[in-house]
Amino acid sequence: MAGAHAASTDPDALSWYEATARQRVVALADPGSFQEFLPPTERRMSPHLPLFDLPRAFDDGIVVGRAALDGKPVLVAAQEGRFMGGAFGEIHGAKLVGLLRAALTLKPAAVLILFDTGGVRLQEANAGETAIAETMRAIVDVRAAGIPVIGLIGGRAGCYGGGGLIAGTCSRLAVSEGGRISVSGPEVIETNKGAEEFDSRDRALVWRTMGGKHRRLIGGADAFCTDSVSAFREAALDLIGRAPAFDLATLEAEQARLESRIARFGDCRDATEIWARLGVNDSEAVPAMDTRAFDETVSRVREADHDAR
Amino acid sequence: MTLAEILAGLFPQGHSVTVRDGLVTGSGSFGQGNLLVVGVDGDTPLGVDGALILSRAVLDAVRAGDKAPILVVVDSDSQRMSRRDELLGLNEYLAHLAKALLLADRSAHPTIGLIYGHSAAGAFIATALATRILAALPGANPSVMDLPSVAKVTKLPLDTLREMAKSTPVFAPGLDNMVATGAVHVVLDPGQPLDGQIRDLIANLQPGDDRDRLGEERGGRPVARGISAAVIAQAGRG
Amino acid sequence: MESLTFRHTTQKPLPGSVPNAITGVVASGNLEILLERVLPPDACEVAIETPIAGYGPVWEAVVADFVARAQPGGLRISINDGGARPDTVSLRLLQGARLMEA
Repeated sequence: MAGAHAASTDPDALSWYEATARQRVVALADPGSFQEFLPPTERRMSPHLPLFDLPRAFDDGIVVGRAALDGKPVLVAAQEGRFMGGAFGEIHGAKLVGLLRAALTLKPAAVLILFDTGGVRLQEANAGETAIAETMRAIVDVRAAGIPVIGLIGGRAGCYGGGGLIAGTCSRLAVSEGGRISVSGPEVIETNKGAEEFDSRDRALVWRTMGGKHRRLIGGADAFCTDSVSAFREAALDLIGRAPAFDLATLEAEQARLESRIARFGDCRDATEIWARLGVNDSEAVPAMDTRAFDETVSRVREADHDAR
Repeated sequence: MTLAEILAGLFPQGHSVTVRDGLVTGSGSFGQGNLLVVGVDGDTPLGVDGALILSRAVLDAVRAGDKAPILVVVDSDSQRMSRRDELLGLNEYLAHLAKALLLADRSAHPTIGLIYGHSAAGAFIATALATRILAALPGANPSVMDLPSVAKVTKLPLDTLREMAKSTPVFAPGLDNMVATGAVHVVLDPGQPLDGQIRDLIANLQPGDDRDRLGEERGGRPVARGISAAVIAQAGRG
Repeated sequence: MESLTFRHTTQKPLPGSVPNAITGVVASGNLEILLERVLPPDACEVAIETPIAGYGPVWEAVVADFVARAQPGGLRISINDGGARPDTVSLRLLQGARLMEA
């Protein structure tokens, strides 16, 4: 199938951020194991984009299929952040929904979602929004069947809008420095509430507020990766092995965790204040820390690791 | 229809539903048991604090174990757009609320959404769209983004978009289009008693997620169901 | 959107046996190219969908140059263009042909 013959690259050297969705999947999986469903040769392209005089993609911006990870069967979906911002259109969303529903009968060791999305594709907004709701319901069904759903976030488009809600529905999340997780994007907040509320041109503010390090420190993600495919592979394997159940106890624990977060940090204006209260000695130094120094910092933060998701 | 009118129609014998800061919680006697009501009123944006109040009420109901139906009433803005909400991880809070509703559904609580006003984006996904069946009242106005904003993003003239919206429900805001995509299952009749209509919905709940089938039948999402079915078929081979 | 199709006869088939390959991404200034070994060994067809109208002669020249250099006999090549410059198109076409030869 087409996916197997996309350019493959050394997973240690390949930057997750720079790689295409197809390169990520091929390099993440055991060599030669990826098999794509609805590959580009089937030309399942958006019926709606031509109305807007916009180019289409043969895969509608998402690669789905099966693969092996350390010999274990997994299902994988990877969004292409460079096509329409990785946004959910009708076909794009339906491919992810179909993959998750297939997991219920195939019972893979895990479903991996490689997020790279700005949220809903506006030209297909109603279909995208509905597909996001279907995806969340399907993830819950898959998790309740005992199959971990692992989100990997480190692409150019980040994980915004409904993508952020889907991420919050997953069993576990791995994120890199470049991965941002948020509902409203910086530009959306600025457009609606003004630059005093959020200055979207202040990139340091964007990273501090929505970036991978902040999410990892407050427990919004469960692993922090350097920007390489092999780092995400290692994280995925680790997270599959310690995925929380989907049940009342988990959600009660999440309720308590999120209540406690508001109680402790609800009056903070900036992430650095939160990091200081979390016990990070030199909170101003966090953005510049390398992965090893950051991992050491995280290991001393009690809130970072939990089963409450 | 206002929330007060909806509640009066649902609970002729009275109820304990209150609205505080736009957040709706409470219950009333309904048929043989209770109906729990949670939701958002008054075009209020949904932020981290509000999401947790609603999820608390839903999880309390699941823990009580009475399998009472849960009605999610919605007249909301979009998610609250603020630096504080995103700093605290709004995506986790909204997902948590959706998960609480989906857990309730899995725990034999019938979950019914009722949109009677506006709703959009993250607030819509975390509330009404996380129920088993979503009903609407005429005049409801769900949207992902209003047309002037769509015009801005797509760089297309507003008049062109208005014309396209007539034949292409997939992108245009409004109740009719959300019905066509299958997101809204049914539009209720405000001339008929509301309690009976909700009771009928509960009695006829179907298992599974049939929104893509509805979207195909109604023409608002012509290809989604076929695509997800094709993925399942290919995944099942070899 | 403008659709263009160019058909060429080649002197030889493209070596290798890879049935199909894809390279590139539909993004601003970029394009994706899908190559399929489905035509007679002396035929090559290149079909282009582009949002930028009026560049038919440029595409024609880029495709003719590629066919002359790569001799991609047997290939049906489908392009979704995001507004790529001619040099990017040439590069991607040659990349795609290399994937098919592997």
